[in-house]
Amino acid sequence: MKIICRCQDITEDEIVAAIKQGATTLDEIKRLVRAGMGPCQGRTCRRLVTQILARELKKPVAEIYPSTFRPPNRPVQFKLVIAELERQKAEEVKKASKSKEGKKK
Amino acid sequence: MKTYYDGIVIGGGILGVSIAYELAKAGMKNICIIERKYLASGSTGRCGGGFRQQWSTEPNTRLAMASVDRLEHIEQELDYKTEFYQGGYLILAHTDDEVTQFNKNVEMQKRLGLGVNIVNPDEAKKIVKFLNPDLIKLATWCPTDGHINPFLLTQAYANAAKRLGADIHLWTNVTGLMKKSNTFFVMTDKGVFETPILFNCAGSFSRSIGEMLNVEIPIDPYRHEILVTEPVERLWDPMVISFSVGLYARQEMNGGVVMGMGDPNEPVGTYVGSSMHFMYEMSRRFTTLFPKLTGLRIVRQWAGLYEMTADAQPILGPIDEIENFYQACGFSGHGLMLAPAVSQLMAELVTQGKTSLPIDDLHIKRFRGQARFNREKSVV
Repeated sequence: MKIICRCQDITEDEIVAAIKQGATTLDEIKRLVRAGMGPCQGRTCRRLVTQILARELKKPVAEIYPSTFRPPNRPVQFKLVIAELERQKAEEVKKASKSKEGKKK
Repeated sequence: MKTYYDGIVIGGGILGVSIAYELAKAGMKNICIIERKYLASGSTGRCGGGFRQQWSTEPNTRLAMASVDRLEHIEQELDYKTEFYQGGYLILAHTDDEVTQFNKNVEMQKRLGLGVNIVNPDEAKKIVKFLNPDLIKLATWCPTDGHINPFLLTQAYANAAKRLGADIHLWTNVTGLMKKSNTFFVMTDKGVFETPILFNCAGSFSRSIGEMLNVEIPIDPYRHEILVTEPVERLWDPMVISFSVGLYARQEMNGGVVMGMGDPNEPVGTYVGSSMHFMYEMSRRFTTLFPKLTGLRIVRQWAGLYEMTADAQPILGPIDEIENFYQACGFSGHGLMLAPAVSQLMAELVTQGKTSLPIDDLHIKRFRGQARFNREKSVV
């Protein structure tokens, strides 16, 4: 048994079974067995799954439809996003007060 | 390649595959599905995955109740695991207007025989312990609602339809339609198909399909964004919805929390990219409602299209201008939860000429020359 997607514990057999059901693209594999949906977003398994697809469908790797890359680039905590939002707001307030001072002078 | 079918379904989302399956089950085995990309590549594969029966209009509640009845036995019938889970739906009211509206909704839902209750903030906090109870006035709770994996349900229907003899043409784009003496000619980039009965299940692209036959299908697509967090241990069971904060959140079976929101400033269009604005806004809304969960990590965000009609209810059944051109579209973001019942009704309509539940009030003619509608209010 070979583990292909280590975030979601997906084995090669599961991926081959999905291809036998009619999956021909990385996106379909992702949706059916969740390979590439874990915290690393398919950075490890994307190429492996592409190779399995190419092997099973007897097509060159270049002809396998790639999956969509989705933000964020790596897992982000909610509090970090909120902190960034607050920093931007504070900066805007600072800018606004500065331009007011400038006008007064 | 076979080019003549007894029925052709345009669209390989949940509506398309479930209608194909029900038709095949009712005896019309020579049918096919035409899909632009792959199964569930449109709105179905991008949705939140919940099913609920708590609606503000009668037709939606009726259809949703029939759907849940059917979903309860769908895994055995289709012989496929779908992550079906009846964890309930908790809908939160934050304002006095909402309290009045929810009381009205619950009264109507109870009249139709739905087991739904009004709970106070403390009881709501017992159901979902991470909620901020200060923001809530009351909540409605229906334990038979729940969630399901949309990809697996679509695949389950598709596999079952294939077993009964239906064909599925993936990566086939419909480029034109023509009707000549009772036969539809479906022009695609893979060749021409002929059929006497045509179904429009193209979701957000239903308007374009209608235009190919010179009829107006009043559906506009709007982008709705959604995100998922890393898998964590069980936090809560139900889907939580708040219309005033404007979010829905549920925990998937594998542990990730899926949440999305509606944006009233979203323009009409079929763009499905992600935006930074959504990530900021969603984080703000989520942490207002769940102040203890600020440490959760966002793994991925994406977007899908709501195919909105003017009253946020679907367009079902035949249309007057063209015979045998059936519509099952315009579900306004709730196709997955209504599909199991709708597909059965559509198959009944075609094979028996009548339906077991009334669908006349969802006929397309309600939009012709009318300015005011009984709009569905329970939409995020």
